[in-house]
This record gives sequence, structure tokens and C-alpha cells, in this order.
Amino acid sequence: MLIHPEEILETIKMVTNENLDIRTVTMGISLRDCSHPDIDTLNENIYRKITTCAKDLVKTTDDVQNLYGIPIINKRISVTPIAIVAESCNEPDLTSVAMTLDRAAHDVGIDFIGGFSALVQKGMTPGDLRLINSVPKALASTKKVCSSINVATTKAGINMDAVALMGRIIKETAHLTRDQGGIGCAKFVVFANAPDDNPFMAGAFHGIGEPECTINVGVSGPGVVNSAVRALEDPSLGDISECIKKTAFKITRMGEVIGKEVARRLDAKFGVLDLSLAPTPAIGDSVAAILEAMGLESCGTHGTTAALALLNDAVKKGGAMASSSVGGLSGAFIPVSEDAGMIDAVERGSLSLDKLEAMTSVCSVGLDMIAIPGTTPASTISAIIADEMAIGMINKKTTAVRVIPVPGKTVGDVVEFGGLLGRAPVMNVNSFSSERFISRGGRIPAPIQALTN
Amino acid sequence: MVSSRFIITVIGIDKVGIVAGITRVMADFNVNIVDISQTIMQDLFTMIMLAEIKEENFDLSSFQKAMAGKGHEFGVEVKVQHEDTFRFMHRI
Repeated sequence: MLIHPEEILETIKMVTNENLDIRTVTMGISLRDCSHPDIDTLNENIYRKITTCAKDLVKTTDDVQNLYGIPIINKRISVTPIAIVAESCNEPDLTSVAMTLDRAAHDVGIDFIGGFSALVQKGMTPGDLRLINSVPKALASTKKVCSSINVATTKAGINMDAVALMGRIIKETAHLTRDQGGIGCAKFVVFANAPDDNPFMAGAFHGIGEPECTINVGVSGPGVVNSAVRALEDPSLGDISECIKKTAFKITRMGEVIGKEVARRLDAKFGVLDLSLAPTPAIGDSVAAILEAMGLESCGTHGTTAALALLNDAVKKGGAMASSSVGGLSGAFIPVSEDAGMIDAVERGSLSLDKLEAMTSVCSVGLDMIAIPGTTPASTISAIIADEMAIGMINKKTTAVRVIPVPGKTVGDVVEFGGLLGRAPVMNVNSFSSERFISRGGRIPAPIQALTN
Repeated sequence: MVSSRFIITVIGIDKVGIVAGITRVMADFNVNIVDISQTIMQDLFTMIMLAEIKEENFDLSSFQKAMAGKGHEFGVEVKVQHEDTFRFMHRI
């Protein structure tokens, strides 16, 4: 037999026992040709474009899932940032565009659609501002639409006016979805250095340098890495790194086979393969568990940042060898609500917001799915965002903030979102004010690292 | 499709007639066995087959359903997966 039985059984074990999956197949669709000054025509153009491009997305993905026997969890769409598409439209409220996206997403049967977005790192156009102001209502009146705003890059610095606005937008979004624990905020993320080809929500959008229609694939397997690390007998940290690298290689290879086949069948360009360890609430499918397998008593204790740095780097190395199309974010995600190990660590008091912030300097994305008290002032949320944007800007990496000020809840309470979003213990934020700092506005200039041309 | 070869795995508690039952379904669907190996691993009956499908418009999902159904009768898990799943994953 050409393929070794042990390899076959290993693959089957990864899928059956260790939650290995293709987390998402994301079709990126350019909406640049949909622009129109009349909002009704714009909406019609958008609806037609999405439903035409993606009409076979779900069926094709399901067929490929059956062919290879690897579960594909989510089917998604990302579109050109709506602020750009709707710029010429003078309508002050863009909620109807979000509702059009939602309707198109529903009609083609996908799980999420991302791209109710704006890129405002250096400043805002009237269209950007209209979009940002529409975010709370848009997220409250849709189910599948995700929104992201890029407020900083290494090249442009941090737009602190936008950062100040973000705190207020997040508060308002939480308020409008207060009967569901502020779930609107789970669909909204603020970015520094947002990648154009990220298949993961809520931050996915179809960047303006992308082709007409692409297929990006997000592969995930924290459970597989966790079990591989735990199977090692008294390894050194070098051995652990080696083991993670090899495992990441295998996971990436599988994602590439599936992504290319889906793209081929849909006659779309294969974009990137994003190998990220994105946890799920399932036991063992946890990034925190991997860190603990390296020898930490509880995630968040001293040494956690170092362990995470090792993990993230090894994942990237394994992925880079396995495919020439590795992109997006590729690394380890550390959302709190979606990771059973992280939730436990918060509940036992070993993991704080400050430590999470430190960890974000060495991993993918940033402060993700963190519940904070509903009474947290908008300026404090903006300040949390500013800190995270600074980490991204200075370190030339992507960072993001997705926090949920849960209406009516305080530290020690728990909010349930259900499904992949999981549940989140409300975490403590610093009670001292950042009001004056945030209210100054303006822009934090691009750092000296920006001058690399 | 690059090739139409599939890996079929049957895993579960050993019982009389599993091989006969499973291969009967394969014959009904005109699926040819290229290679077959069977071992007991960790107390589990494990059969791995490399199968070939020559028809152009083969109805894979009905075949998968029939195989899984037959497996269910014997209390074993049957999977039919394209060989690329394994080939690409482990080899450079």
C-alpha cells in the first residue's frame, strides 16, 4: 500500500478525537463594481453580485467535505469594505446595506458575511464616518453581518479620533443588543494592520488589492497540537517546538488540498491558507491547554507569554514549509469566550486582561472575545483599543480588539453567547480614568519603523 | 478530480462477516479494491482498503451513505475518503 496505515489512522484520529477541522471556507467577493449614488440601486447591485458569485459555494464546500472526509465548519463571504463601495452614496444611514448583506448571506446559506468595514488609519472620509456611525444599528438589525474598522497601521500611525469613536460605537452596539448580552460587539472588531485576506470573522473583508473572487481557507487544530504535545515524553522546549512544527505542517497540507479543490470547482482564485490555532469551546480544543501542556500550572501565570511565543512561531514555521500560500493571520488565536482553557484560567484568577494584552504582542490578533463590565466608560474601551493598536503598530503586526461591555453585568458574572462564540466570564478593567488622554484626539504619528522605504 | 482512488477505513469491535458485508456493498457500487490490509490495533478491528472508482459520474455520497449504513449494522465505523487527504497531509 502506498500510504502507510499508521498515517491513515493518525489522520482519522485527528478528525474524530481531536477536533481537527477546516474552520472556514471564505469566498472573497469584490463589490467595487456595485457602487452607485442611489442606495436602492447600490443594494440591488450588491445583492445580485453576492448571490451570483456564491450561489454554489455551500454545495461545493459540502461536496469537497464529503470527498476528503474532513469537516468544514463554516462557510463565509467577505466583501470589499462597504465604506469604499458606498462612498458615493449620500445616505447618512447605511444600515440598509448591512441588511442587504444579511439577506444575501441568508439566501446563499452561508454562516457569516464580513466587510461592513472601513479603513481609517490615517483619517476618515465622509463615507467612512457614515459607515462607522451605522455600525451599532447595522449589527443590531442583522444576524450574519460582521464589521471591522482598521484604525492603525505601522505606516500611518494610530488615528486617535477614530479610536475615541470606537469606544462609543462599542458601547452603543452593546446597548442595542442588550437583550442578548451585547452580542453585537462579538461581531465587531477594531484592527491595527488588518490583513486583506483574513478568512476569520469578525475581521474578514475582501481587501482592495485582491482579485475579483477568491477562496481563502482557515484551518484549525488546537486539539491536534495539544494532543501531540501531551504525547511527548518529558520533552525539552526544543522538542515541543519541533513537534508543533510537524503537526502544523500536516494540518496546513490538508487545508491546501481542500482550498484548491473548492477554488477549482468554483472557478475562483485560490487565495490564502490561514493556518491558525483557533479554539472552540469543546474540551481539549484549546490554546490555553497547549500552553499548560508545556508545563504551566494555569494559563496566564508567569511564563505564559514565552510559551505562546514558542507556539505561535512553531505554527508559522510548519505552515510556511507546507504551503506557499500561507497568509491571513496564521498563528495562535487567544479568544477568551471560545476557549474552555482560557475561561477556566480567568475563573481561577490566573489570567487577567493585562496578561492577555502582553500575550497579544507575540500571537495572532489580540484581545479577543473578552467580556468586560457593562458600566465600563467608552473612554476606557478606547484606551484598551489604543494600547492594543500601539502593540500592533510598533511590532509591525496585526492586532485587534473585540471586547464586549456586557449590559447589566459586572466582574464575576458570566455571559452566554452559545455556539462557537461560547461563554465569557466578565473580566476586571482598570478603574482609573483614561478620559483626558482619549479626548485629546488627533493621530499618534507613525513610528520610526515606518520609514523603511 | 485528480484521481478517483479512495481510502476506505473500517474501525470497530471485531465481528464475523464484516469484510463480507462491506465488500458486498462495494461490489454493488462497482468499486474495485486495489489493496487491502487488516489488523487488530489497540483491541480494535481495523481494515484499510485502497479502492478505485472508474465511473465518470460516480455518486459518491450514496456510496458513502451505503457504506456507513452497512458499518452501522455491524457496529463499526466506515469512512470513505479521497486518497489525497492522506497523501498530501503526510508527504512532502
